[in-house]
Amino acid sequence: MALKGLDIFKLSPKKNCKECGSPTCMAFSMKVAQGAVELSKCPYFAPEALAKLSAATEPPMKTIKVGAGDAEMSLGGETVLFRHEKTFVSKTRYAMALCTCMDDATVEQKLADIAKVDYERIGERMFVEMVYVNDAPDGAQDYVELVKKAAATGRVLVLGVKDAEKAKAALEVCKDGKPILNGADAANYEAMNAVATAAGVVLGVSGADLAEIHDTVEKLEALGNKNLVIDVTGETVKDTFKNAVQLRKAALKDGDRTCGYPSIVNVAKVARGDAHKQAALLSLFTMKYGSIVVAENIGYAEALPLYGLRQNLFTDPQKPMKVEPGIYPLNGADENSVCLTTVDFALTYFLVSGELERSGVPVNLIINDAGGLSVLTSWAAGKFSSGTIAKFFEEQDIAGKIKSRKLIIPGKVAVLKGELEAKLPDWEIIIAPNEAVQLVKFMKDFA
Amino acid sequence: MPFTPKSGKFNASINTVEIGTGDKAVKIGGENVFPLYSFDAPIENAPKVGIEITDFGMEHELECIKKYYEGCTTLAEIAAKAASMEGVDFLSFRMEGGDPNGANKSTEELIGELKEIAAAVDLPLVVCGCKNAEKDAELFNAAAAALEGKNAVILSAKEENYKTVGAAAGLAYKQVVGAESAVDINLAKQLNVLLSQLGVDKKSIVMNVGTAAAGYGFEYVISTMDRVKAAALQQGDVNLQMPIITPVASETWGVKEAMSSEADSPEWGSQEERGIDMEIETAMAVIAAGSNAVILKHPESIKTISGLMKELV
Repeated sequence: MALKGLDIFKLSPKKNCKECGSPTCMAFSMKVAQGAVELSKCPYFAPEALAKLSAATEPPMKTIKVGAGDAEMSLGGETVLFRHEKTFVSKTRYAMALCTCMDDATVEQKLADIAKVDYERIGERMFVEMVYVNDAPDGAQDYVELVKKAAATGRVLVLGVKDAEKAKAALEVCKDGKPILNGADAANYEAMNAVATAAGVVLGVSGADLAEIHDTVEKLEALGNKNLVIDVTGETVKDTFKNAVQLRKAALKDGDRTCGYPSIVNVAKVARGDAHKQAALLSLFTMKYGSIVVAENIGYAEALPLYGLRQNLFTDPQKPMKVEPGIYPLNGADENSVCLTTVDFALTYFLVSGELERSGVPVNLIINDAGGLSVLTSWAAGKFSSGTIAKFFEEQDIAGKIKSRKLIIPGKVAVLKGELEAKLPDWEIIIAPNEAVQLVKFMKDFA
Repeated sequence: MPFTPKSGKFNASINTVEIGTGDKAVKIGGENVFPLYSFDAPIENAPKVGIEITDFGMEHELECIKKYYEGCTTLAEIAAKAASMEGVDFLSFRMEGGDPNGANKSTEELIGELKEIAAAVDLPLVVCGCKNAEKDAELFNAAAAALEGKNAVILSAKEENYKTVGAAAGLAYKQVVGAESAVDINLAKQLNVLLSQLGVDKKSIVMNVGTAAAGYGFEYVISTMDRVKAAALQQGDVNLQMPIITPVASETWGVKEAMSSEADSPEWGSQEERGIDMEIETAMAVIAAGSNAVILKHPESIKTISGLMKELV
């Protein structure tokens, strides 16, 4: 909850000593309230006042770090419920589930499947980042052995285990990877807390409903543990959705800090055996407040739309998404194929490359560095002009890499034709239609 | 301090719009809470799912769609088969072949097909155009007349042709008018205002605020829908309280994740599964953002989404 400048001023030393750089304590307080300066700049705040203020200026949702080394990732830390209000900061992470109830062959298969999805999309590596290792009451696999196998994948682990002794043994073999111990509930929280804090890992809290979870979290906080995540999975899909939304809303809108922790949603549990339902739920809980979503399987079919959705949802609304400038050969294009150029705005790239692919005509798509703006915007800003295109062609040595001398330019910047012909005299400049949807017919006619 | 969730119920609500007639008529909208938040207040009408067929019948469809329509030869048979799939609430007919830059079928031919379909099914109908604003105006004018008394959705009027489409569908033949804009809350509102000024009842307008496949600029879709719902419910903006209907299939089955064959992308695995999941995940995301109805194509996607809606709401 935002603190007003006057509230801070009331607690300030009111000396107007200027040591903080501000002319008066009032001015300093106002700046602190806006987040422009740190409270610690003032050396004279009374300790009790500091404690009071730092509690009030604490973020509404904690940022919890899991994983070690390169695999380290942040969960939570969100400040808004909708992306247009500011930005979502910690993207949803996906986990595939392993269980002691699986037979050896299934375990081997799953371990192989976890590694399958691994690709890059607009500069981001897309893969299954986590493995959930579940301890089923009647499971035949040895839990610690299963955890060992899971740890060998190099992914961050989430240990779904309620037995403190087993948890301790499992952490012995994997605690260096900074996993999550998802095992505390109203009955065992004291024992689990001891195990998690001794191993220095994040503790996951679950319960029958949010009221029970809330109680348990309060008790854990009283024990001094604020390194938590909350497993919101309920008995049904409906309960789970309710828990996920209400938890996030209570934390960000109603300022209930006990709710201000990242969430785990286990869709493998509420939609067991139904891959399509799990795909839908992976999407739902990416949209609505899952920090970690666990599914039975994440293959390419599930992953391709899901990671695209996540990449879109978690982009900064104030920053356009850019693709890497360069030559993108489509439909098996080679150095003799015609060239088509446009800007590096991700949406433009996807629309244009999608339509070009549909046309089936081999073409070299040349993406210019236009500051991530759309065609008309970048043209108006002078970032997509005959000069910048010619310069880009020179820098990238396009003429050396491609033998074709036909260049198609977007219909919206048809005015560039004359200037481009002057600057790139070897090239024949051709004007494309105004809209991407017209490209399929245009390319087919052209070929 | 015990946990006490605050209710997120609003005083304003989304309009309820009924489409179709008789026993099979469906209602969309009506909720006074954010999408799917049935724990804040009951949601009477769960999001609805439609099935899409086009005037090309099975001609341009992928094998994985065709197999569900085996034995169907006429459009009427295809329509009847589509209507019988599990979880289908309404039927959407896309007159794709009307595009002057494509097959350029005549209005008479397409309306003839539309009538055949209307006679074959008793589900509510949604009529979609060919994306050419001029031709659509002509097609929708004729479609609204042909479907008189069916309370169908004409999807949709755009800024370029809203006068013709609005007058024919909304005023002359009392159909439900779809208002289509391109992922921008201001454009969506403006078109609703223009249609109302023309005399179209606000309660017989549904919106298509634009869509994309997941991963393809979908952030604009999310934020547009989030903001439309916030304006409608939090600020009680009567010009944005129309329910949203989103054609999903026509976007998702055209992207490379769904189109690329197994021979071209062996590492991606089953093309059918990719197509289904692209459709399911996009549909679920637009519903979570605020769509009151979605139009899908694959029977498996329809079954999944429709089943999940019954569980969630």
